[in-house]
Amino acid sequence: MLLLIARRLLVTIPLLILVSFLIYSLIALVPGDPAVTLAGQDPTPEQIAAAREELGLTDPFIVQYWHWLVNAVQLDFGASLFNSEPVASAIAARLPATLSLTVLALLIAILLGVAAGTLAGLRPGSWIDRVATFSASVGVAVPYFWVGMILVLLFAIQTPLFPAIGYVPIGDGVLTWASHLILPATALAIAPAAVIARQTRAAVANVMTEDYVRTAEAKGLPRSRVVGKHALKNAALPVVTVFGIEANRLIGGTVVIEQLFAIPGVGQLAFTSVFSRDMPMVQGVLLTTAVLILLINLLVDVSYGYFNPRVRQL
Amino acid sequence: MRTGQPNQPTGGTASELLRISELRVDFATEHGWANVLGGVSLDIHDGEIVGLVGESGSGKTVTGLSILGLVPSPPGRTSGGHIWLHDEDLTEVAEPRLRQIRGNEISMIFQEPMTSLNPAFTVGDQISETFRRHRRASRKQGTQRAVEVLDLVGIPNAATRVHAYPHEFSGGMRQRAMIAMALCCDPRLIIADEPTTALDVTVQSQILDLLRSMRAEIGTGILFITHDLGVVAELCDRVVVMYGGEVVETAPVHDLFQLPRHPYTEGLLSAMPQLGSRTAKLASIPGHTPEPWAMPNGCRFGPRCTYHQESCSESPVALESAGTERQARCARLAELNLRGAS
Amino acid sequence: MSDHAIEHPQAPGLRRFLRRFRTNRTALVAAVVLALVTIISLSAPLLAPYSLHEIDVPNRLSGPTPEHWLGTDSLGRDTLSRLMYAGQVSLAAAGLAVAIAIVLGVPLGLLAGYRGGVLDWLLGRGADVLMTFPAVVLAMAIIAATGPGLTNAMIALGVVYSPRLFRVVRSATLSVRQETYVEASISIGTPALSIIARRILPNVLSPLLVQISLMLAAALLAEAALSLLGLGVVPPTPSWGGLLGVGFTEIRTTPLLVWLPGIAIAITTLSFNLIGDGLRDALGRETRKGD
Repeated sequence: MLLLIARRLLVTIPLLILVSFLIYSLIALVPGDPAVTLAGQDPTPEQIAAAREELGLTDPFIVQYWHWLVNAVQLDFGASLFNSEPVASAIAARLPATLSLTVLALLIAILLGVAAGTLAGLRPGSWIDRVATFSASVGVAVPYFWVGMILVLLFAIQTPLFPAIGYVPIGDGVLTWASHLILPATALAIAPAAVIARQTRAAVANVMTEDYVRTAEAKGLPRSRVVGKHALKNAALPVVTVFGIEANRLIGGTVVIEQLFAIPGVGQLAFTSVFSRDMPMVQGVLLTTAVLILLINLLVDVSYGYFNPRVRQL
Repeated sequence: MRTGQPNQPTGGTASELLRISELRVDFATEHGWANVLGGVSLDIHDGEIVGLVGESGSGKTVTGLSILGLVPSPPGRTSGGHIWLHDEDLTEVAEPRLRQIRGNEISMIFQEPMTSLNPAFTVGDQISETFRRHRRASRKQGTQRAVEVLDLVGIPNAATRVHAYPHEFSGGMRQRAMIAMALCCDPRLIIADEPTTALDVTVQSQILDLLRSMRAEIGTGILFITHDLGVVAELCDRVVVMYGGEVVETAPVHDLFQLPRHPYTEGLLSAMPQLGSRTAKLASIPGHTPEPWAMPNGCRFGPRCTYHQESCSESPVALESAGTERQARCARLAELNLRGAS
Repeated sequence: MSDHAIEHPQAPGLRRFLRRFRTNRTALVAAVVLALVTIISLSAPLLAPYSLHEIDVPNRLSGPTPEHWLGTDSLGRDTLSRLMYAGQVSLAAAGLAVAIAIVLGVPLGLLAGYRGGVLDWLLGRGADVLMTFPAVVLAMAIIAATGPGLTNAMIALGVVYSPRLFRVVRSATLSVRQETYVEASISIGTPALSIIARRILPNVLSPLLVQISLMLAAALLAEAALSLLGLGVVPPTPSWGGLLGVGFTEIRTTPLLVWLPGIAIAITTLSFNLIGDGLRDALGRETRKGD
């Protein structure tokens, strides 16, 4: 198992380096001269040269990248072009909100998706199956940001059960924390839940016809164990795979959802820094996102080893 | 007479373990309800090994699955008959009781050792969970029992192998593990559905030896489902031959081989490769088993039978006494003189 | 249809695939709905009861009335008309993004699958890198560098989506490339372009169609998300996402302004998805038969 993790890390780290290079290269797309931007209004040529020196723009591109990477590894992503706040601390301050939202949304997606998919997959063709399959088709198609708006309309405006906007740290009480996150997290969870439900349905329906499920029945195990232990662990592999893909998409969704629900997270930071074209901040956010996603992919890969013992030895 | 007493209301003698009487099973197909078992009756005594023989599609596997209530439903349904385990009718008992019986009083070994073990759990866990389920034992006791039975079925280093996954076992070892799993609660009856078909010949005879010694040591009754009469000759006390969802002949092994009373049995015997004979020619019965939605009228074997007459197809043929402890379902039972195995 | 087939004898797989698709009722209904949405949007100048910017101040934020079937927005503009015009922009934007993804992904996929080797490896790693990021986030980052606006946003999305097409095309190409008859064809010196055009493209087309259909749905959603944030289509040009963003500010008084654009987006993405699923099912049976 440790070997599996080590081998996965060996794949992940080079990928992360390539990713970081892409992130840094985005600067090259910026039209105009960042030194001119930094030097302030109506700069003299001397001011521009000084700014260029300060930004390290006199070095070759690859050297500039190297400097940036060395700093980034030490969690120094530079400072915001606008308020000089260090990028790392800005991100660190906003990470808890985003992680709360993401984790809660993923939990809802898994619970909802696996439950619905299992019920449907155990009785293919039944009314439960048809309802679940239809709901999944709709769930995949509805825009998550629109779902968020409708949830606000229904459960914050028309029936004020939950706050419409804002974020409260978990330290201030789990209940208020959860009540602020439940609507945005549900909005984010609908589409992944639908995809997970579809995949679970197919996997469960497939696994239930396997010989070892019949063996488990023949051993006299209760139905709950036949399904919950013998079927689900084998059905998990394809589900975990889509989970990784959906987690990626869901993290993208936090940008819009944090904006709609006024949640001070990394997604909101991404939006404001993109809007003001604050490239160091954009780069920091991108790198954080990439690390988060690669981490999730790593977990997904390692979980293969748990669900399928054969993977462990490869 | 041991078989075919359809109207006997309860279980019989003290040594009688299982009695199936007039069991009917139908399957829903695109052609409507198809009759897969048309009134099957057979019985097994304590410590007896009964061979259930037939081609694929004869209903032998469905018979085995029916005993444990494992016929998939839908599409299957039991439309008549009884299965007596001592004085309990398994077609009547509730699902929770059936789950107490499965793996505990009656256990089953399947044809495909490669796919019948769950690849995601260790062999030991899959044995121990059966034991824990039926004996309310602890995890530790479960593992202990798993080691015991793995040792019993001849897995070397059982104490370490208990933690291995199925893919780390060879086919023969997996089938041993399946047998160990079937044995772990000391069942009174084991249903073995073609347990050696997927294995090569050496492993096959090892598994047969194992089953024989299990019967000797534990006294378990075994219903051995197979299409291979050679295996039956080696292992079984009594044979039940099935064709087209019906029992066509039942007899003690020796008698059946010497003097078959049903043309289908004769055909099966002549299709057996002859040991020791160099010019062994493999005869086979022409034609195919009928599809359950297109059963012939009268004798179901009629269309393939060398001794077929028009009268055979007129009305269903009954299973009749054909000598001491044996029966056959043939309209021409009295006139035919069939050839046994040489 | 059949005359057509005789001229292109090398693509029977595709025709069978489309015939299978036609037997799928759900997908067919979806195709009809999509066609309706497209036609209504495209003929907005003819059908729309009001022009795009015509304002009816006395009837601001009205609910459905005989004059304004679906009500008006905060400036008194007719919602039905704006939805129809916005449909043009949203569909065109999604189409543009996917077109860019095709232009980038398909040739590179053919190249990587056909040539293999170092080039394939490099392109594959490039695709890995691009696919590490959520599509919307990477598109935003590109917009941050290039500036907002419809064209920039859609180019960004196209770039972000191209690896998906690249992968599909590459693996389909690779599997055809390894067929014996293609190997043989190469060994007798048939030019690569001719092999790609005659042998490989017809086989790549079916899985590509599936992917394109699903991608159109994703692009529509992504465009709406970006426009909602003000990074895609910028007002006064209406797009469904933009209308949703503006409508959200009026959600307490006129929730209809949120319901309608959302439903328009949902129906269209649902159609694209169902068509894609239908195509995939048709394809699935095809491949299973071949196995």
